[in-house]
Amino acid sequence: MQKGIDKVVVLEVEDIHKKYRGQDILKGISFKVRKGETKVIIGPSGTGKSTLLRCINQLTIPDKGRIWLEGEEVIHTKKNINQFRQKMGMVFQDFNLFDHLTALGNVEIGLTRVKRMDKDEARQKAIEELKKVGLEEQANLYPAQLSGGQKQRVSIARALAMDPKVMLFDEPTSALDPELIGEVLEVIKNLAIQGMTMILVTHEMGFARSVANEIIFMEDGKILESGPPYQLFNNPKYERTKRFLKKITELYGE
Amino acid sequence: MNEFYYFIREILLPSLFEGTLVTIKLIIFSIPLGLILGVLIAVGRVYGNRIISFLCAVYVIFFRGTPLLVQLFILYYGLPSVGIFFSPFVAAVIGFILCSCAYHSEYIRGAIQSIKSGQMMAAEALGMSRVQAILYIILPQALRRAIPGCSNEIIYLVKYSSLAFMVTCVELTGAGKIIATRYFKYTEVFLVVGIIYLLMVSVVTKFLDMLEKKLEIPGLG
Repeated sequence: MQKGIDKVVVLEVEDIHKKYRGQDILKGISFKVRKGETKVIIGPSGTGKSTLLRCINQLTIPDKGRIWLEGEEVIHTKKNINQFRQKMGMVFQDFNLFDHLTALGNVEIGLTRVKRMDKDEARQKAIEELKKVGLEEQANLYPAQLSGGQKQRVSIARALAMDPKVMLFDEPTSALDPELIGEVLEVIKNLAIQGMTMILVTHEMGFARSVANEIIFMEDGKILESGPPYQLFNNPKYERTKRFLKKITELYGE
Repeated sequence: MNEFYYFIREILLPSLFEGTLVTIKLIIFSIPLGLILGVLIAVGRVYGNRIISFLCAVYVIFFRGTPLLVQLFILYYGLPSVGIFFSPFVAAVIGFILCSCAYHSEYIRGAIQSIKSGQMMAAEALGMSRVQAILYIILPQALRRAIPGCSNEIIYLVKYSSLAFMVTCVELTGAGKIIATRYFKYTEVFLVVGIIYLLMVSVVTKFLDMLEKKLEIPGLG
């Protein structure tokens, strides 16, 4: 364990289990995320990486296990869960922008409807957030009028507007054309630099290497190994990790 | 020929005017209430618990599966036997609302189910409750998609409002029938009645088209 990161734990995940249609998807996942840390989760598809993210903000309810956000246990009751979800920003692989709202509307709606913010104030904040991802000029365009990269940046702005304690990224660039990946990674990288606490599922190994404080390698519903990027890339404990990294690096490049 | 125009202008149109007003009143009450109930039933079917969903489904089966005329007869002639009395107009309006909402609900249910599940997920991820997500995210999209289907039902409603006459509510068709019988001029009277319906349907169609255009969003629908 890397010394020096002795900051507060923002998110703690303990022994998460999830079955789906009789199949074990998650078989006991535990880890801690400290303030300002970027954790990158990698692993072959079908190992439950997305399910894990969804369990964290209870979009999928885990069968077993506990989660704490800033020391408070995340419990799925109707009243409670909406409070927790506001504090966890989620970015989906396929954006899931609200199709009937403009870019601005997408960023605004959480502020006005969930945070009950005053309309003008919400507008100001939404414009700010769009500026941060470089899209203030696209504010009045609808999702169908945006490119994939722009859509994903709006969805990041939408999540950030809620002032989350932690951001969850579920393969944010997997649905993008190669030439659009860069602009999204740029935004995420800036967030990391500014000290946002993040969990990121991705296949972009070069990016993972440059941005992660810790990489978690998941396989078959478990964490096989984890550690700082240089350790995992240069000196993995398991042959399996080595093989995966080799294969994915060949496939996606650095 | 003069006599013909005289009949149309001095006798037919004035008496049809009253009837037309009644028809307009029938549809003005029935359309919005039918739509609102239709939305509720559709939401109940898709998002309700097992019991609510089942009840909504049974409702739709019953009201789509029986003739409107039978429903009107039950409302107007049947219910008095259990002590419930409606005026002809009220019976007709209730019948139209109950029937049209069943059809609306099917168009709206289809539209709701066509919305990608990611929309609900993203709404919940923002911290919206189920109800908020349905109100602010799902319905604004689903209702836009349901406009063509619901328009169809509304246009039907304009025409099947003529069934109100079967429960003695004298609307346009009824007024026409009375005049036609009195003067024995069926062809002339019902031609004019038909034209008035055509005008009403055209106005409603135009209005609904404008509404659809106004609410149009790029990439949606």
